[in-house]
Amino acid sequence: MAEQIEVLTGNAAAAYGVKLSRAQVIAAYPITPQTTLVERIAEFIAKGELKAEYIRVESEHSALAACIGASLGGARAFTATSSQGLLLMQEMLFWAGYGRTPLVMAVVTRAIAPPWNMWSEHTDALAQRDTGWIQIFCHNNQEVLDSIIQAYKISEDKRVMLPVMVCFDGFEISHTSENVTVPEQSDVDSFLPPYDNDLLDVEEPKLLWNGVYPEDAFKFKTIFSEAAERSLSVIEEVHRDFDSRFGRRYEAVEIYGRYEPKVFLVAMGSVASSAKAAVDVLNREGLPVGLIRIRLFRPFPASELQKAVEGSEALIILDRSLSFTRGILSTEVAAALYNAKSRPKIFEYIVGLGGAVVTHTSIVETVKHLLPRIAEEPKGIVWLKSGG
Amino acid sequence: MAAISELTDEEFLLKGNSACAGCGATMAIRWVLKILGRDTVLVMPAGCVSVFQGMFPASAFDVPVVDSSFGAQSSFAAGLAAAYKIKGRRLKVVTLAGDGGTADIGFHAVSAAAERGDDVLYICYDNEAYMNTGVQRSSLTPYGAKTGTDPKGKLEWKKNLPLIMAAHNITYVATASVGYPFDLLRKVKKAASLSGFRYIHILTPCPPGWGSSENLAAELGRLAVRCGIFPLFEVENGRLTLHKVGNRVAVRRYLELQKRFEGLTDEQIQYIQKRVDDDLRYLELLEKVTSEVNRAGQVDRT
Repeated sequence: MAEQIEVLTGNAAAAYGVKLSRAQVIAAYPITPQTTLVERIAEFIAKGELKAEYIRVESEHSALAACIGASLGGARAFTATSSQGLLLMQEMLFWAGYGRTPLVMAVVTRAIAPPWNMWSEHTDALAQRDTGWIQIFCHNNQEVLDSIIQAYKISEDKRVMLPVMVCFDGFEISHTSENVTVPEQSDVDSFLPPYDNDLLDVEEPKLLWNGVYPEDAFKFKTIFSEAAERSLSVIEEVHRDFDSRFGRRYEAVEIYGRYEPKVFLVAMGSVASSAKAAVDVLNREGLPVGLIRIRLFRPFPASELQKAVEGSEALIILDRSLSFTRGILSTEVAAALYNAKSRPKIFEYIVGLGGAVVTHTSIVETVKHLLPRIAEEPKGIVWLKSGG
Repeated sequence: MAAISELTDEEFLLKGNSACAGCGATMAIRWVLKILGRDTVLVMPAGCVSVFQGMFPASAFDVPVVDSSFGAQSSFAAGLAAAYKIKGRRLKVVTLAGDGGTADIGFHAVSAAAERGDDVLYICYDNEAYMNTGVQRSSLTPYGAKTGTDPKGKLEWKKNLPLIMAAHNITYVATASVGYPFDLLRKVKKAASLSGFRYIHILTPCPPGWGSSENLAAELGRLAVRCGIFPLFEVENGRLTLHKVGNRVAVRRYLELQKRFEGLTDEQIQYIQKRVDDDLRYLELLEKVTSEVNRAGQVDRT
């Protein structure tokens, strides 16, 4: 059977990614908008299409704890969550990250309460940026499926051994159907070899994660950070390998639009999809505007970003997250460019919080309004109203 | 019946660990591991054992140990057991946790693992307070006992965790005490021969926490059973068997050996005696009832 094109929601695409990756232990707790993802996996198992143990845990904290246990036991593990569930997991996030545990989690991004809100926002995932996980943000359903498979390859690489979050927007991606090319199982099998883990060898017993004195603790953090740094080149290697086998090229920092634009939009996730449509409109009108899509948020691809912005005058950051008064993507981009040779101005926009709609027309209007004022100093953070 | 001669000479809990003098938990764990043997993987949350096992790179255990976060031990174990199942590896996944890690912070996850029937042997070493942080009250601290967070003595009765676990309809539940090592060994052996979720609750006296003499762990373990404050029982397939104790002693004799109970009034001691008698009567009735009620309808999940 060759690869097939199917009409899939983002959640279904993720479930197909999990199935094709032959995940062996799934531990998950339901939360909107993640639920149809884990239901689809349960269905695959019930039909015998995926051979896996499904642990129906009582909380997200336990979901991730069980995945850590499964990964140590040598099984390929998967979980998925959103928002409050991700926050409840946080203690385990650090455990998996700094414990160097290979596993993959889908984060269907959703705003954090209060007030209760089930629509997309990136604050849930971005608030976990210090937990030691590689974080990938997808902007369409194909990317979701492909990224799950790639995530296992990255996570299990001996040079990396870090868990990976595959993040995509609730509803806008999770519940929206698109054409998705589903790769052939044998192609995925040759891309992604089986996983094992022999840390817990009864013939040569080891003590895992017991107490350490300060000097050793410092050493462990150093080793962790070296692996995190190494993961950047491994991710690029996996992107190339995937492209050569499946014909789809992904990059940590994707540049979209007219060659050498003066102004770049910067966005992640489904906002980047709207921004691509906006760039198409602007370019058709002859305006030199492009998009920098941040696909990889952790580790943050600072040097790729520095290269991408060389020669440009301004960045318009569309941030679907909030850290007190400022967007999290904005602070990250600004920090990455501080020591860069070429440092464009940064115009920060807060957009789409709590699922507020970000259309390509509203982005086009924003850019057109800003372009004549690009020589002026940025006037602070702008909250972009939804609609348009 | 387990006998000393059956025990291996191999040691899995090694000398040189940093447990306090007279620690009841080390006695219990040393025996438990001698029964379980080398094909055992331990999962441990924060607790006395995770402290006295030593600091990296030292280890007091000669079996693999995974240190989990506090309260997540049964979920770690669930994942490990699921991995071994799908990989076809025959290893014993054993959780070793204290009373606080089991009855308080980890209770939701313990309950969930029991309800799912995960293939895990769960050992709770009950020293009746948060001991490694310096003696603070847990839900398994007994009535009247003074702790750092209950300096006047606890006013609530100890949670009956073994019966709560039995209410999960799991394969096997047993209480045991370091005062009765052969009984403990027999129960561990039995639990190891079964599959599904198995729960053994061991009373492990703690000299610094209880304010008792270092040479009294075994004696207090015996007295706790003989006075009825910690009854030994087993629940298998819903059927409870209470181990009868001849020559019951007064609760006062047990309490008097521990500084944590110092200053209890006669009324309080009478109250404890009365409740202990009531609890024992309750268990006797439960034994009678569970022997009469047909539990054959239980689903075998193994």
